[in-house]
Amino acid sequence: MSAKEYRTASSARGGLLTVADVPNIAFGDRVHIRDQQGNTRNGQVIRSANDEVLIQVFEGTAELDLESTWVRFLDEPVEIALSPEILGRIFNGLGEPRDFRPPIVSNLRRSISAAAFNPAARTYPREFIQTGVSTIDGLNSLVRGQKLPIFSASGLPHNRLAAQIVRQAKLPDDDSRFSVVFAAMGVSYADARFFEEEFASSGVLGNVVMFVNMADDPPVERLTLPRMALTAAEYLAFDLDRHVLVVMTDMTHYAEALREVATAKGDVPARKGYPGYLYSDLAEIYERSGRIKDRHGSITLVPVLSMPSDDITHPIPDLTGYITEGQIVLSRELHNQGIYPPVHISPSLSRLMKDGIGKDFTREDHPHVSNQLYALYARALETRNLASIIGADELSARDRRYLEFADAFEQRFVQQGEDEDRSIEETLNLAWDLLSSFPPQALTRVNETEIAKYHRQSA
Amino acid sequence: MTQEQKKGTIQEINGPIVTIRLPGVQNGEQVRIGSLGLYGEVISLEGDEALAQIYESTEMVRPGEPVEGLGHPLSVELGPGLIGGIFDGVQRPLEEMFLKAGDQIPRGLSPLPLDREKLWHFQPSENLEPNMPIINGARLGVVQETETVEHRVIVPPDIEGELIELAPEGDYNLEETIAQVRDRQGRVHHLKLFHRWPVRKPRPYQSRDNGIEPLITGQRILDTFFPLLKGSKCAVPGPFGAGKTVVQHQVARWANADIVIYVGCGERGNELVDVLDSFPKLKDPYTGRPLMDRTLLIANTSNMPVVAREASIYVGITIAEYYRDQGYDVVMLADSTSRWAEALREVSGRLGQMPVEEGYPAYLASRLAAFYERAGRVETMDCGKGSVTLIGAVSPPGGDFSEPVTSHTKEIIQTFWALSKELADARHYPAIDWVDSFSADVGTAAEWWHENIDRGWEKRRAQALAMLARDAELSRIVNLVGPEALSSAQRWVLEGAALVKDGVLQQSALDPVDTFSSPEKQFMLLDLVLTVYDEGAALIELGVPVQELSEMPVLARLRRCKELYDSSQTDQLKAFRDEALSDFKAIHSEYAQRGEQTA
Repeated sequence: MSAKEYRTASSARGGLLTVADVPNIAFGDRVHIRDQQGNTRNGQVIRSANDEVLIQVFEGTAELDLESTWVRFLDEPVEIALSPEILGRIFNGLGEPRDFRPPIVSNLRRSISAAAFNPAARTYPREFIQTGVSTIDGLNSLVRGQKLPIFSASGLPHNRLAAQIVRQAKLPDDDSRFSVVFAAMGVSYADARFFEEEFASSGVLGNVVMFVNMADDPPVERLTLPRMALTAAEYLAFDLDRHVLVVMTDMTHYAEALREVATAKGDVPARKGYPGYLYSDLAEIYERSGRIKDRHGSITLVPVLSMPSDDITHPIPDLTGYITEGQIVLSRELHNQGIYPPVHISPSLSRLMKDGIGKDFTREDHPHVSNQLYALYARALETRNLASIIGADELSARDRRYLEFADAFEQRFVQQGEDEDRSIEETLNLAWDLLSSFPPQALTRVNETEIAKYHRQSA
Repeated sequence: MTQEQKKGTIQEINGPIVTIRLPGVQNGEQVRIGSLGLYGEVISLEGDEALAQIYESTEMVRPGEPVEGLGHPLSVELGPGLIGGIFDGVQRPLEEMFLKAGDQIPRGLSPLPLDREKLWHFQPSENLEPNMPIINGARLGVVQETETVEHRVIVPPDIEGELIELAPEGDYNLEETIAQVRDRQGRVHHLKLFHRWPVRKPRPYQSRDNGIEPLITGQRILDTFFPLLKGSKCAVPGPFGAGKTVVQHQVARWANADIVIYVGCGERGNELVDVLDSFPKLKDPYTGRPLMDRTLLIANTSNMPVVAREASIYVGITIAEYYRDQGYDVVMLADSTSRWAEALREVSGRLGQMPVEEGYPAYLASRLAAFYERAGRVETMDCGKGSVTLIGAVSPPGGDFSEPVTSHTKEIIQTFWALSKELADARHYPAIDWVDSFSADVGTAAEWWHENIDRGWEKRRAQALAMLARDAELSRIVNLVGPEALSSAQRWVLEGAALVKDGVLQQSALDPVDTFSSPEKQFMLLDLVLTVYDEGAALIELGVPVQELSEMPVLARLRRCKELYDSSQTDQLKAFRDEALSDFKAIHSEYAQRGEQTA
């Protein structure tokens, strides 16, 4: 069937093309569309009936004319060719090279819409990854196989933080190297270049697969790009036994592309014009991370998304937070004070932290220390609010101590250099430096043994 | 209708919604479509055409491929072998699928939910004899399903008549006949250890009963402040990161129910793995046996096909009703009902139905109500008592409780455990907000507490809640003008409320001692904290500065009591109480003396 071309296009609007009277076309089939200039565009069947087939055209339908549009159905799903050669390469959202090198030739081709992992096949992620960033390691620890997004906003240094994580991430006492899959959707040239240079200068480029869709590339391609990237990641992790760190930026552009296509299809919108299936669609992407029984590799996912107007209740961060295992939230307020990384710890969370830290993983006091810092900082922020109303002079000595703690915490614990790689030991000791400004009886979340061992006044 | 299978063809594929031409198919009937034989369900009929929702991905399915009707609606198998298992949203056994088909769930594969080869030791009921009349729901005998659960084999709901034969004690597999019953039409039914039941049809019972005793979860804020009765319904709404899942896991772990059914509906795969990993190692505090021996998991993770997600909670509730009919107290946890509602929305959107609120179809409220109404404490067909307690997590977008799913749910349920982002951000767990939460069953629960624990329960509970409300009020003043504006007595209220929060409300799910609190311990802690507050308040009347009281070392230890003494160490708690009181008494006599000297 694949040799046969149809010239029965009946409508074109937005990224959608309708073709009439083509029998027995598979749902999800790949399509080549030849326009009047003889250029080939790519598409996929998103609704199929014998009298009418609806095709999503990745490059859009601009300048198509229905009379001289030829459509060929390839009778295969959208696939990616896989081989170890993909490391060090750069592809677009359709898996075509964009580094001016030849395409990957391989017998191994996989559909990018993989079936869901059986929950019974998963193993629970519990290996602590040291990122060298105190706010992550100490308070929102990342473990192998976790999906932990960075919630950012325009103008905040999420890319620098993501790059720092890629550079520094390692397992304590383990030198097996990460492979990195980098998926960029709708990014600017500057951002794409920043990551390329980062990977090159830290010497990991040969271990990175990049999938890049620029801001001025067709938006529909953004829908296949993360699935291409994750199929590649699954290959690296579960076929080649590598530990893969997947960085995706910016998921907001992905969701916007999804909305664009959904609106063109006439789907019923739910919130802010996003389709009702945005949750399921994002989950299909995020849930591809994890660890699998009897497999050595793993997929750890760090998606970056910018919160439109800094609003964490916007559907994109909101639905993401419901799917992912926590979130690292960046704050404009801290950024404006010159604090890097501006991690706002109150709304940040790592759900898998509890099983990956403590006695056999990091240090026995880690869970309590983290809890104590959170509680003190929450109290300190309340005090700071109070001080802004009644003035710091009116505060009691006890309250002033909290105020000083808030400043010290932000300046010494949160703040660190872009090249500063703190070990978990250093992070926890730093935490005790700060905790020791309180008398032992004020520290109710750490236990007495820990106080005796680590509190500066006791020790 | 003929028994032969109905055949037809696919007309159109639109994601999970497929138009089929299949004359004679019934609404709600199960179908298999395409060369892969994907499972689905007819959701509407129009002439010769029908719309079917498909539980699996329809990628590479084409128009013209065959369709067959299976002649029955979506049903579950009910019999021994359910407990301890993990099933997907349409009751496919996931462990077996993993062994057969590997890491990913393949399409069109449909192993039977229950193991047909395993032998079960059947012990027939002694009071039954051939030629006796027998009603539906009657107990034919028992099978030890797990060490904890005795499976009561009952006559299926739609069968009644005369017992012709009952198998003797012995080992049987699921396919063997264990009883024959002749119904009023003279048809003979061969009953086995299992039967099938359509999931969308509630199982019958004799009558509804009021709840009489609270479900004890071992969680202080739940049991003491917002009690839930066995057979009641409850919602747990909260924004992401507020701890819905941990609350649900804690209830699944420590509730004094006979059977726990955990439905992971559109949630994270790793959360189910957490249950699968940890439950076999954890001990049921009431029986001392592994928790997995009373637990069953239904998993439709967020990346699994959305239509099966819609089915998953019906599969869960039907299994819950089945164990209820055996006379058990069952708890079903659904995490999260919002994902189920979204599945409804997605299907309705694809059908082009008119949306009403935020894209949800008009029938959202009635579907939610009908689902929650399947909970309840009932008199079963064979005159026993059983209950299904339903606890549904709700995931409101942006944490906004006024959105449709939360607000419709709120109208139906009796107990509302509202999770708060602010509390979670301050790492106050469980982050259940004492202002927004409510329980309509405090009166009934109070009777139980008064009879079994302490007659002071209702009063102490009210006192603590009043203090928390006063604390909120005073904190507003402090935030405006600073703490200096408050009187000593008012500042002692703030301290007292802090003690309630730290010493009673906050409870660590990770601390081995604190994770479970028996009702006795719950009341002792509450009473202890309030007694300390009352003593302090009396001293403040005497003129003792609040500063001196706040710095008493005994307060720091009071905050740790919850993790220092486990539920069996009530004597130590009493000893600590005496010690604390004597500290207060010492201050009292000191000031009384001073008062006399100055007088």
